[in-house]
Amino acid sequence: MHIVIVGLSHNTAPVEIREKLAFAPTAMERPLRQMLELPTIAEGLIVSTCNRVELCATTKEPEAAMVALRRFLAEYHEIAPEEINDNLYDYQGEDAIRHLFRVASSLDSMVLGEPQILGQIKTAYGYAAEFKTAGLILNRFLHKAFSVAKRVRTETGIASNAVSVSFAAVELARKIFDRLDNKGVMIIGAGEMCELAARHFVANGISKVLVTNRTFERAEKMAAEFQGKAVHFDSFIEHLAEVDIIMTSTGAPNFILGKRQMEEVIKRRKNRSMFLIDIAVPRDIDPKVNDIDNVYLYDVDDLQGVVQANLKERKKEASKAEAIIEQEIGQFHQWLGNLEVKPTVIALRHKLEEIRRQELEKTFGNLKDLSSKQRKSIEAMAGAIVNKILHQPTAVLKRAQNDTSGEDYVDAVRTLFDLPTPADDDKEIKPLDDTDQE
Amino acid sequence: MTTNILLFKITLLVYFATTILYLVGVISRRDHFRQNAVYLLIGGFILHCITLVVRGFATGTIPVTSLHESLSFFAWALVGTYLLFYLRYRTVMLGAFITPLALVLMIIGTSTSTQAPALNPMLDSWWFPVHVTLAFLGHAVFSIAAAAGVMYLLQERMLKSKKFSGLFYRLPSLDTLDSMNYKCLTFGFPLMTMGIISGAIWANSAWGGYWRWDPKETWALITWFLYAALLHGRLTIGWRGRRAAIFAIIGFGFLLFTFFGVNLFLSGEHSFRNFTGQ
Repeated sequence: MHIVIVGLSHNTAPVEIREKLAFAPTAMERPLRQMLELPTIAEGLIVSTCNRVELCATTKEPEAAMVALRRFLAEYHEIAPEEINDNLYDYQGEDAIRHLFRVASSLDSMVLGEPQILGQIKTAYGYAAEFKTAGLILNRFLHKAFSVAKRVRTETGIASNAVSVSFAAVELARKIFDRLDNKGVMIIGAGEMCELAARHFVANGISKVLVTNRTFERAEKMAAEFQGKAVHFDSFIEHLAEVDIIMTSTGAPNFILGKRQMEEVIKRRKNRSMFLIDIAVPRDIDPKVNDIDNVYLYDVDDLQGVVQANLKERKKEASKAEAIIEQEIGQFHQWLGNLEVKPTVIALRHKLEEIRRQELEKTFGNLKDLSSKQRKSIEAMAGAIVNKILHQPTAVLKRAQNDTSGEDYVDAVRTLFDLPTPADDDKEIKPLDDTDQE
Repeated sequence: MTTNILLFKITLLVYFATTILYLVGVISRRDHFRQNAVYLLIGGFILHCITLVVRGFATGTIPVTSLHESLSFFAWALVGTYLLFYLRYRTVMLGAFITPLALVLMIIGTSTSTQAPALNPMLDSWWFPVHVTLAFLGHAVFSIAAAAGVMYLLQERMLKSKKFSGLFYRLPSLDTLDSMNYKCLTFGFPLMTMGIISGAIWANSAWGGYWRWDPKETWALITWFLYAALLHGRLTIGWRGRRAAIFAIIGFGFLLFTFFGVNLFLSGEHSFRNFTGQ
């Protein structure tokens, strides 16, 4: 049995095409059932997000299945297959396993390391499980993908640094202050970005919020939202020493905060550090303020720079993630290979032959005075028992090979008889761990 | 004597391995390398404790009578103090600065004579171990302050210039580093003060005079005033952050000079050769 994936993502298709091919999350039953009705498809799963559509299936004939899936994707959405042919990619075997592991680990995401995709795949798997379109292989495959994604998340820093401007501000504050719960923030002006950053700060424990605005009512309104205090714009400078973080986004044409004023503030704070975020364009705070000891001033471009640096850092972590994935592919591929009927039959026979040999040896060791004729007939009897036992399971396995239940039987036989890897493969079998199940 | 020399060398090797592990951990960005480095360092420290105890029993006194012994003792105090800080602050990265320092002290220690000559009976007093233990613990705490200072300056530079290297993500926050500076100061300063006082008492019992203005005493006093100024500045006029970090580093420079320079370049009662009355 092979795993195939046909799909498209932000890398291969513009949004105009992605939106046409998306599946409605509320009505997954119909497409899943239709997919399973395709002649070559044994199991099926559909992942559909705003950035990607992935059809994942198991099949005996990967080439034919991929063609069928391409056609299905187009026809389901009433588009001519040729129209989207160039936007689709397909993977089979190891490449398909790698693809899903990478997608689940957010290595293929538009924002590297963003966490939503794993949840989206879990939801997709939920539908496939609910409508019973996922069987033995996809069950195992998806659980493996989840555990790989989890491993990538904990063992690499792929998701560790902020990649949005407002969150980058919070992280910078953490690099200056360590704790935020006993810190205060002042919001000057009412920009949307300011509000978003303030929300992040409050969510991260900032306890004191002061708001000031040229229109006092607006300041009061925003202060109420953050359970803070409104301050009159004429006197906001007097309150600066009370807070540790200042965010400005006024429409003022000139600097509203100069170097001398900030020096005064820092002096009153006995040099305790301050973090200034100037989101306004034109800027609200004189850039020379950054030259004062213990004052850290960031404007929009600076924050953007931090985001870029963080993304670079994530990319470096991504190479570690790729290594983890390669390792896991090998393990899963081996398990999949074990589900082949022929090597399983051989392994089963080998196992029983081995038992026969050992038992005969034991018996002959106890019965030393047997004639060679007697020995021969005992040997024949043992052989006949093995063959009789083997007959029915072998027949069932061979018959099941031709329909979708094959893997279930193979897996059952391998578990019941504790069979090692196929005989032509010298590698030692690793126990299949079930700990990766969520 | 050979047992403790062997132990000393094994300890040195463990510190060396820890340094390498840290280096690899910082360069390759593998967090668990650095975490394992701390565990290895704990192992090295336990070994170091055994080394000192064995040496102490072999020579019959606290092992700080030769340059070799004091270097080893200094390194031991340094690692021990760091591990205490690790328990409190969990700063793995501080060890990346402290371990190489301990390693250098140990390496210098191997190049000095490992002989343990008998202590000059005139100096053999209960005050001797008290004086040196306090002095070295003070040294160790101030070394930590200097390492935290270096880390502070690195981190501060990156935050100011907005150019971040991989180190940025691994160093602790400025506040943490600054509070380490303060903690070191509040522990180190009393230790150093008591070290000097106990030394004076010891000197009085040995030579009949509390203070003889020998080079080491003079330099120790200068260093003491430096740290006193920093502590005063911190407590009264809000010297913190960058300025405190720079002070801690300069203070450490004076400390090293008091420790090495006085022994190597100037002569006085604290030179080790006078310890043994040769």
